[in-house]
Amino acid sequence: MDWPILSTIILIPLLGSLTILLINSEDEIGRRNIKIVALYTCIVNFLASIFLWVNFDKLTSEFQFIERYAWLAENITYHVGIDGISLFLIILTTFLMPFCILASWSSISNKIKDYMVAFLILESLMIGVFCALDLVVFYLFFEACLIPMFLIIGVWGGARRVYATFKFFLYTLSGSVLMLIAIIYIYIVTGTTDVTILSGYDFNYSIQNWLWLAFFISFAVKMPMFPVHTWLPDAHVEAPTAGSVILAGVLLKMGGYGILRFSIPLFPIGSFVFTDLVFVLSVIAIIYTSFIAIAQEDIKKLIAYSSVAHMGFVTMGIFTFTDQGIQGGVFQMISHGLISSALFLSVGVIYDRLHTREIEVYGGVVKKMPIYAAFFLVFTMANIGLPGTSGFVGEFLTLLGAFKVNLYVAFFATTGVILSAAYALWLYKRVIFGVITNDEVEKLLDLNLREYIILLPFVLLIILFGVYPNMVIDLTAASTTNLIDNYNYAIEQYQSHLVSVNLEIGT
Amino acid sequence: MNLLIFTPVLPEIAITIASMFLLIIGVFKKNEKTYTTISNLAIFSLLAVLFLIFSGSVPKGISFGGSLITDSFSLYLKTLILISSIIILVVSNIYLRNINLLKFEYIILILLSVVGMMIMVSSNDLISLYLSIELQSLPLYVLASIRNKSSKSTESGLKYFVLGALSSCILLYGLSLIYGYTGSIYYNEIASNLSEYDVGILIGVAFTLAGFAFKISAVPFHMWTPDVYEGSPTTVTAFFAVAPKIAALGLIVRILITAMPTLIEDWQSILILLSIFSMLLGAFSAIGQRNLKRLLAYSSISHMGFALMGVINGSFDGVRSLSLYMLIYLVMSLALFISIIALKNNDEHIENIEDISGLAKINPVMALIISILLFSLAGIPPLAGFFAKFYVLYAAIDAKLYYLAIFGVLSSVISAFYYLRIIKVMYFEESANSFDPISKRLKTIIYLLTAITLLFFLRPSIFINFAGTASASLFI
Repeated sequence: MDWPILSTIILIPLLGSLTILLINSEDEIGRRNIKIVALYTCIVNFLASIFLWVNFDKLTSEFQFIERYAWLAENITYHVGIDGISLFLIILTTFLMPFCILASWSSISNKIKDYMVAFLILESLMIGVFCALDLVVFYLFFEACLIPMFLIIGVWGGARRVYATFKFFLYTLSGSVLMLIAIIYIYIVTGTTDVTILSGYDFNYSIQNWLWLAFFISFAVKMPMFPVHTWLPDAHVEAPTAGSVILAGVLLKMGGYGILRFSIPLFPIGSFVFTDLVFVLSVIAIIYTSFIAIAQEDIKKLIAYSSVAHMGFVTMGIFTFTDQGIQGGVFQMISHGLISSALFLSVGVIYDRLHTREIEVYGGVVKKMPIYAAFFLVFTMANIGLPGTSGFVGEFLTLLGAFKVNLYVAFFATTGVILSAAYALWLYKRVIFGVITNDEVEKLLDLNLREYIILLPFVLLIILFGVYPNMVIDLTAASTTNLIDNYNYAIEQYQSHLVSVNLEIGT
Repeated sequence: MNLLIFTPVLPEIAITIASMFLLIIGVFKKNEKTYTTISNLAIFSLLAVLFLIFSGSVPKGISFGGSLITDSFSLYLKTLILISSIIILVVSNIYLRNINLLKFEYIILILLSVVGMMIMVSSNDLISLYLSIELQSLPLYVLASIRNKSSKSTESGLKYFVLGALSSCILLYGLSLIYGYTGSIYYNEIASNLSEYDVGILIGVAFTLAGFAFKISAVPFHMWTPDVYEGSPTTVTAFFAVAPKIAALGLIVRILITAMPTLIEDWQSILILLSIFSMLLGAFSAIGQRNLKRLLAYSSISHMGFALMGVINGSFDGVRSLSLYMLIYLVMSLALFISIIALKNNDEHIENIEDISGLAKINPVMALIISILLFSLAGIPPLAGFFAKFYVLYAAIDAKLYYLAIFGVLSSVISAFYYLRIIKVMYFEESANSFDPISKRLKTIIYLLTAITLLFFLRPSIFINFAGTASASLFI
């Protein structure tokens, strides 16, 4: 195919944001037009990404839709392409964006123009992250995401937004600067930053550990993993609803994606050496943040901590290096992208009405908003991982992978499933059931059409992916199998190297 | 006598003659319009010289018996110096009128200082080095205190002069030691006579570098910078922040690489310390600043520390990264300073960070531009500042100075904090500030410079090749 489809998908939101810049936002009509342009841009981009899905060849593990143009240096080129893993993350991004725009339709009134421009630029950058096949290009997109997100949380956020957005920015930046040093080092040693060339390169074993660590710190902050997760609850709580959706739905996935795309193929030995570290951190994240979630008074904070716990399943699954584990990790990322976004959107619905996220203010919402309660129930159950929802598939596959590799890890991670039921069901009970104690709750109105349109697709997709996960797994299978094969090959080499070293020491 | 031997220094000669000529006009024709006339003539002559350089009519070669050298590297730096001084003169025209400081001497002083800087980047022996530094500095001392009714301006001029004189002494002492131990003032002869190892020469190098460090305000010779930046008129501050730094770095690169290549291990360790301390101190001290100009002073200290990383390796990659860094730094910091000059609350120029609070509401375009510039200074991709840092880090890692690179990136994270604080004030805070409209000419310059910062990533190779060709001439 000659048409540069990936670049088109990256550029459409950018063009949309340029169009919005030209619209006068002084009067009501202008503001309405801005929202409409933003919405249409996102929908067009979603359709374009569906086109990717349709034309995607699921049998090969090679990168597809490749584009390559000369850029910074001979071997630092604008190189983009996708495989099964990135395909769904791109679709997830373009799928979530229209809902973000819709969710901000009436809740954002201040500087609507800047808001939409920031969101559309962010969309371009996020898609760029998932397409990039060159380390420098990846870093460029990865870091550039900070700028719009910083403004989204800082300008349109809640009361403690300044603290939250600074924390978000500085945590992520300090994590990723070390990756920049590692990237430059790789360029100096190998003379290229092209991932497709680098994945066959054997880095010196001891250097590999350092490079792996430099990349891992960056991804761990983004994921976020224990103990660098503390920025996430703050950022989530203060961000506007759509900001939380993007944060939970897409930005957190960049960490997991980075590990799959860069850490494992480039530094298999590093990944092998640090597997136990990742397991320990993942299990701590799953159990510890679940306990913290139980104690939360703020709905968004509770969901934020539950996100950390769920991302723990992703890292655990990936580092089992089994088919089930890695596919489960990828699936869990997509499923969590849907579920957490849906939860944040649901919180946004009641937040728009009462302007508080304190759990104790609510109670008895079901009596006034029965349809909302039903939607929220589906999302809560999916968050717990009830069979039939997409949450189950991800958790089950990652746990299955873990059982194959390490029984203790699997055992402790499974307790996380129980804990997630504890915090999610208790949250549901406190918000939805019970007697109405607050007069404000008495006045609540059920979902309007816009909110209905926003939440319904999530319910359908969560159940669809839960019942028929092969839709995703079929397409990611070739890429994950290839990833594991390359990994196993590298480990075999490494072990035979270790044996020969031991023999030399022995003699 | 064949006059053609002077053609390599034609730019310097032309500007010298122009400044003398303009001085005469200024003295004899004192009326309302004098300043504008002289300013326009000065801008015209600088543009003419710039055109001369761009058109390739300045031949490369040495002149004055080897005292001055004209090569791609010096021409590149001269271009940067000329561009920044032209922009400064255009902006000064508007700014000085606002603050009622239309003194024609201002222009003459800038021109003379530009001549000094151009000779600095061309100097090829110790005498021309010292004389050009003095020629560059003396007008700057006067410029710092040109607002002679303001005590802060006078203070800054005095402080700059006293400390500058002290650093000149140190520098001269170092140079005389080098001369004493090598028996020559010419760079190439120094290089060949350096073979014998001697402690005296090391003291000479250390003193010389200390003198240079003062000129680029590297820690621990940075104390004058915040006060001088704060006290001087903002256009002068902008000039201080860019042109003399470019000239001094160019001079440092040339003397270290052509005169002392064999002593690399010795000057390397000095530069590493200067670089690390400058980056960290610049980053930490800026956090507490409320005055914008003081904040930018510390930010420039930090940036100089970063740029020095490029010199440390003494390699082509290093010099290229430094040349690129200076170019991007020029664009970013000039744009930022001009934005500060352009913003006025009820005819009062802004001074402190709080003065720009709520800018996003009243003038969203300017707020966006300032944010772009600040993000770029912080080195966030895809803005130009990222590429500047990228290449410098490349040079440092190539030299296996990993810890230096780590200090560099950590300091840029710390710097990000105070740059973000300015953005926070503009976007996240509401205030009753009102801002006056900005003149068209300033707007054009700001837009142009910001466009370069923003769109640099589309075709980075243009600038990189430009810097690369220039740097290559040092390594023939």
